[in-house]
This record gives sequence, C-alpha cells and structure tokens, in this order.
Amino acid sequence: MCRLFAITSEEPLSPMVAFKALDVMREGHDGSGVGLFLRDLGGPFEEMKDAPILSGIFTENGLKRLDTFMMNLGFMTKYKLPIKVSRTPPAGIPKRDIYLVRAYEYPEEWDGLSQQELYSRLVSVRLQLRKMGEAENDMMVFSFWPDVIMIKEIGEPLKVAQHLKLDRKDLKARVIMAQGRQNTNYAINLYACHPFFLEGFSTMTNGENTAFIPIKDYLQSRGVSGYTGYQSDSEVFTHILHYSQMRLGLGIEAYKHIITPLQDKEIAVHPNAALLQSLKQSCRRLIIDGPNCVIGCLPDHSLFMVQDRKKLRPGVVGGRPGKYAFSSEICGLDAAIPDRDKSLDFQPMHIDTAIVGPNRQEVITCRQTAPLPLPR
Amino acid sequence: MPSNRPITPSTLSVRDLPWQIVWDKDKCTLCGQCTAICPVHALELGVFRKRTVELPLGIIGAPPENHMQLFYGIRQKTDPAFACVGCAMCTMVCPNDAVSPHRSDDADKLVFHRDRGGLPRSRGGRRNAPGTVLDQIKFIRISMLTDPALDAGRHEFEIRTLLGRVLPPEDNLKFIRQNGWIPPVREIYPLMIGGMSFGALSPNMWEGLQMGVAYLNEELGMPVRISTGEGGCPPRLLRSRFLKYVILQIASGYFGWDEIIHAIPDMKEDPCAIEIKYGQGAKPGDGGLLMWYKVNRLIAAIRGVPAGVSLPSPPTHQTQYSIEESVAKMIQSMSMAWGFRVPVYPKISGTSTAMAVLNNLTRNPYAGGLGIDGEDGGTGAAYNISMNHMGHPIASNIRDAYLGLVTAGMENEIPLIAGGGIGKSGNLTANAAALIMLGASGVQVGKYIMQAAAGCLGAESDRCNICNIGQCPKGITSQDPRLYRRLDPELVAQRVVDVFLSFDMEFRKIIAPLGRSTSLPVGMSDALGVSDYHIAERLKINYVV
Repeated sequence: MCRLFAITSEEPLSPMVAFKALDVMREGHDGSGVGLFLRDLGGPFEEMKDAPILSGIFTENGLKRLDTFMMNLGFMTKYKLPIKVSRTPPAGIPKRDIYLVRAYEYPEEWDGLSQQELYSRLVSVRLQLRKMGEAENDMMVFSFWPDVIMIKEIGEPLKVAQHLKLDRKDLKARVIMAQGRQNTNYAINLYACHPFFLEGFSTMTNGENTAFIPIKDYLQSRGVSGYTGYQSDSEVFTHILHYSQMRLGLGIEAYKHIITPLQDKEIAVHPNAALLQSLKQSCRRLIIDGPNCVIGCLPDHSLFMVQDRKKLRPGVVGGRPGKYAFSSEICGLDAAIPDRDKSLDFQPMHIDTAIVGPNRQEVITCRQTAPLPLPR
Repeated sequence: MPSNRPITPSTLSVRDLPWQIVWDKDKCTLCGQCTAICPVHALELGVFRKRTVELPLGIIGAPPENHMQLFYGIRQKTDPAFACVGCAMCTMVCPNDAVSPHRSDDADKLVFHRDRGGLPRSRGGRRNAPGTVLDQIKFIRISMLTDPALDAGRHEFEIRTLLGRVLPPEDNLKFIRQNGWIPPVREIYPLMIGGMSFGALSPNMWEGLQMGVAYLNEELGMPVRISTGEGGCPPRLLRSRFLKYVILQIASGYFGWDEIIHAIPDMKEDPCAIEIKYGQGAKPGDGGLLMWYKVNRLIAAIRGVPAGVSLPSPPTHQTQYSIEESVAKMIQSMSMAWGFRVPVYPKISGTSTAMAVLNNLTRNPYAGGLGIDGEDGGTGAAYNISMNHMGHPIASNIRDAYLGLVTAGMENEIPLIAGGGIGKSGNLTANAAALIMLGASGVQVGKYIMQAAAGCLGAESDRCNICNIGQCPKGITSQDPRLYRRLDPELVAQRVVDVFLSFDMEFRKIIAPLGRSTSLPVGMSDALGVSDYHIAERLKINYVV
C-alpha cells in the first residue's frame, strides 16, 4: 500500500510538513518514491498567481531543448526556483541534472484569449513537452499550470526532500498533497507517481484500480487531449474527476455517485433517483471497483477524500478551523496537526465524501444518500 | 444374411453405422421397453435361429444331433432412415441394463447416405465439433497482496448489465434538464435465456422455463430475461405481468406477431425488449425452420398458420432490402408500437460483416444493442451443412465489435450480447465471463439450458440431434403429448433456478479474485490469458504459458 497525506492551511506551509507526516507513516509504504503537489503558493510565487509554472526534471540537453521550444512559442521566464542538489545523490535517489520549477510570462500573442482557450493551450504545451521528452529521454514534465508546483522523485521521501533541500523559505503552499511510494503495478516511471494533475484537478490514490483497462479505454475515447498517459492505473481518478466537473458540469458531491454508485435498492429511495439511475447507467464505464482511497484537490483549492464502495482503505480527516489535513493514518495527522480536537477526526466511510472547502473552516461531509444538487 | 439378399448402394451393416446397439441376451427380460421408447425406431423385435449340436448321452457311437432353436431379442435396423442416434433412451428404460448404444470406432459410413430422395440432412443440435476457444481462456489477474481480495460469499455484489441504448453522459444530463426522450434501458442479469420458440420447444418445456424465470425474478430478485424465439407468445402470457421478463422476438416469418400486436392494448406490462432476429448462429443466412411434424393445432393457432405444414422462415425480412431499412425502419416501427418505452435490438449471426452492421447501429439513436450469435449456437432444425460449416466464431466477432465501439467511443452505448456455444463443454460460467471480459455486455444461452434444465441428451458427437422431427425422447422439443408429458414443468423450473444460482456463485468466484464486484467487468481484457499465441494476438489478450 502507499500512504497519502494532504493538508490545507490558511498560512502557507513548508512541504516538509507533508514529508514528516509520510515519514511517520513509513511502515505503510515502501519508501520507493514520492510525489508532491503544491498549490495556492506562498513565497515569491504569491505575487504571480496567474503565471503558469512548469515543473519537471530535465537533463542539460533537455533544458536547452525546452528553452528553444518555449522561446519559439513566446514564453518568457518570469521566475525560477533554484534547486541545487549535490553531485552525488544519496543511495536510492537517481542522479538528475536539473529539477525545474519555473514561472513563465504568457506569450504576447496569447493576450485576450478566453480562459478556456488559454487552459487548453497550456495542456497542449505540456503534452508536447512530454512527448519531446519521451522521444529523447531528456525531460519529464509534471505540470504546467498557474499556481501549481509538482515534484516527483524515486527514493525515500524524507531523503528526497533533504536532497532537494525543500525546507526553504521560498517554497511554501497553502495546499499540499504528498504520496509515498512508486507505482508497483506497472513499470516504474515517474509519470506513474501520484498525485496526478490535469487542468486544475489533482488526485492521488491508495489502492489498485481493478477496472483500469475499461476505464482507460473509455476515457481515451472521450476526445479530450489531456486524457492520456496512464502509466499508472490511478491516473484515471484524476481524469474522471475532470470529466465529471468539466464535461458533465457536476459538482464534487456527484464524484462518488460516478465512481461508486449506490446499489439499485438505495437509488430507488433516493430523492434524485432518476438522475442517479441515469448517471449510473451512462457513466457505467467509470465505475471503479477496486479498493481505493482517493484524496483530491479542486481548482477552487478544496480538498476532498472519498473511499471505495466497500471502504477497504484507511483514511482520516481532521484539524482545526484554518488548518485541516487528510491522511492515510492517524499518526500522520498527529504529526501534522497535533493541536486539534481529535474527537472530531472523521474517517469517511463507503458512501461519504469529506470536503474541506477553500475557506478551510470545517469538514463538510456529504453522503450519497443525501439529495444531490442538480448539474450546472 | 441370405446369400441372395439384394444389396443396394445404401445397404449398410450395423458396423457401418455411427452408433451400434450392444445387447446382452443374458440380461434381457424381453420386456420390449427399448423398442417402444426408441425415437427413431432403430430397434425391432429380433427372432434369432440358432443351431446347437449335442451328443446323445450314454449311447456310445450314436451320431451327434442337430437342435434348431429360436430365441428372441432385439435387432438394430440398418436402413439409414432408422439409424440409431445414440440417445440411449433404451439404456435408460431397460430394467436390467441389458442394452446400450456405443459410438463406432470406425469412420461413419452413414454420412454418405443421409441424402436419400435428394434431400440433404437436416437435424437439430449444434455444430458437431466439441470444444471452443472460450474453454482455453483463463482468468489470470488475481488480486491478493496488491489488494485485499474480495469475498465471493460475503461481500456486496451487483451482477447486472444494461440492455438498451445508453446515452453518453453529456446527452443524458442534457435530456434530463430538457425533459428530452431518454431511450429505455433495462437493468438485467447478464445471463439470458436465448430465443427458443414455442413450437420448437414443447409446451411443458416452455412453461417450465417461464416458471423458472418468474421465480428467479420474483422470489430471488435476479432479473433474468428470456427470449421467445420466433414463434409468438401464448396469449395469456402476453396479458400477464410476467411479460416484463420476456424478450419478444420478431423474425422473418413474423410468426405469432398478429397475436402479439392485437394483445398490445391488453398488456399489463411492457415486454423487457424486442429482439429482431436477422440471423442465427446455428444456420447463418438461413431462416427459422419448424418442420411439419411439430406444427400441431396449438402451435398453428399461436403462430397464425395452418396446422401440419412445415414453417420455413425466409432468410431475410422480405419487406426490406437494405441494412438502413432493416435497422432504421424496423427498429423504429417496433419502438413506436410500444411508445418508445421498450428497447429494440437486432440479433445477427456471427459474421465477418458484423462490423458493418454495428457501425450502422451506432448511427441509429433507436438501436438498443446488438446480439451476435456465434457458429456454435444450437437450433431446433437446420440443414446439417449450415450447422456444421457456416458461421463465425463468437470470440473474435465480439472482440472486434467491442474494440470497434471503443474506437468510436461508444462502448457503453450499444450493449453487445453474445451467444453461440456458451457452455458447450459445460463451462457455462467461464465461457460467459470470458465473453464479457472480451467485451460482451451479456450472454444468451439456449442449448445449455436445454441440457441442464431438461436433460437434453444432444451432444457434439452427433448424439441424438433429432429436435427437428418432434421425436425428442425427453419431451423437450416435441409437440406430441405422449412425449412431452415425460417432462414435468415444475422440475424444469427448479432446474432453471439451480442453473442460475450456481452460475451466480461461480461468476462471483471469478470476478471477486479479479477485484470486481459492483460493475460487470465488460472489456476487462487485462484479466484474460490464453496459452495459444495466435489466439492471444487475435483477441488482444495476454499470452500466458
């Protein structure tokens, strides 16, 4: 199993809080790698919320190709987070040339584009870069989006953080998601490392997705350029979230109705029976059937957690107004927010979605049996 | 044999026949039951003359004496018209186990003489070739440590499939908002009883199947559906609440549809669906066939035809001349008859042109699915040539169709229903699960149900296979009350329930270790493996050795 940790806080936090939480949960993961997602950034990035930030790993040659490519598109570097690593990485962490976190100015020609068009171009640039990198094995691009940083690496999470010297003043965020372990179902590949990100939506998952192939087939046939990759069976959770919100106009309350619909007898007595029956039928190919805990982040900076239909994975949410964390284990929560009312800790069950909204004041739980707001 | 017995080209010895009846004189009680029960009159009273030579006792030098004796028994006829079919009913009725048919170890000579009168052989049953590719497919993706395994006995399962046109989610939500028409969709059990007509089956068999299906639905909560086949539907069933468990089939002969159309105003429930039969796996390119032996007054009344005539349906629907018309006009007409509340789907025989049909359906918003019946499907009557040599195997046909839908992004929208040879070797659940993971939304079985629920003796060793002449020794496919009274409808119903319950448990035993429980693993090809490289390549599944 892997271990998940996410925190949302009014005050920007260092990612080390997440690394420490993963470290106390290390009995639950094999320390084979880590993925980090930072959003609602503090520090120098606070001043450039609209600038798209490119996160990835590059070789010297890859960086040259990146610069040429971006210059040709008209992107100008606005700010870069200098990550200096020692020449000899600690055991278990591969040697890399450059860990890149760089904010760009949009090309002038992009001025006046609608936000939808702007976003779709950002996705397209990221996918082109990824393709270029895969061709020559010289770049890996994890995200290219405003106010979002992603760092992924193989190795013991805490060692990776120390190696990359992530405990620094200029790297802080109000929303942090971290996952400890490399994907084991398919070949080890940093693109298979959670969290996954697409157009403002990010998720990470604990557990194997047994319905991966049919779900992947379905998503790939939706005609959305971002529905690609799938080095990990967990990537589909991000894309289902994106699909339900962007294509179907549904809210987060409906996500669980899509991935783990109620059984027919429960739907029959639900106030939105007709809608739920339709959703269950038309989104049948998006039903996850495995044992999964999904923690995710929405474009409005909400964090949420859902469990599979049988609730076979651990997961808890707790905190205090202004600071809430989602964790695979209570010890991770204890490490991050020790000064909370533990009696209010909540472990979402098979029909619950636990949400901490952008105001970070409370944990909202919605049950699948409750009425569902109609689609937008 | 007398030396002057005429030998015609078709004169055969017992040895030349595919089945030889072995009879034990010492055990025989001469009760005659075997000769009475034989559906093809292959046995007749045999009067045998035997000479014994005896030496007179005590008289030295006396010559041996000839004693001519008669004894009685049975004799197997060698006329091709009366050749034993191997059903072994004689063995079943023999009080002393004195008689049984044995399959010849020599090449069949009868095969050359089954066209007397210039009429090629027709028969019931299915393709006479044992085994199927489906039997070779294994389920190889077992979750143990990567995930906690599910418990087939205790976890929550929902084994259901959809029949009917499923809208893409975007359209579905849009139509809900706009109060638009949403095509009818039925949530049903993925194992269905395929079309076996009232007429092909005896009244007792039909009643038993219907009772079993009703029990599964109403007492056990399993939404099992049964297709009527092309023969109409008894008037009382049409007007009962049980109609909702029935898929009404319309085929090229339109038999029984006068009755059905006239019953529409009286229907308490809509039927589950309408199946338009364009083809049948057992006899592709050929219409239905109910031979005159079976067209009694009851059958004739339900079908709306005169009694005692053979009822061959045309190979195609005569009112149509193109695929567009077949799908568009007919599907729409049938939908309209029930106010667009009932899914309508075509069923075709497995064919290399299935993709053309499917592509056409994807463009028709009223098409509620596609049934494909593979070469191993069974039938009550067909020419042997159609059965043995025509048709397309179901596995690659379903796989191609599914992958075609995936390419078009419509894999959730048009359910594929596979049929033909499922459970041919007895592996009902494994075959059905393999087809579902190859891409079928559901499967239809007919022959397996006859075998399991009513004790059909037919086999791919060309055993029995006389469904066509109305002499079914078990009373399954006969219209003769003296034969079908052998079949107790209540017991058939009970066996139907047994079959579905055990299928359900076996199906869980397959999908639980794969980590699936709440949605049918349609297209979950990563779970499939086969040890034949070419099969794996063709079906795009794992090659495992």
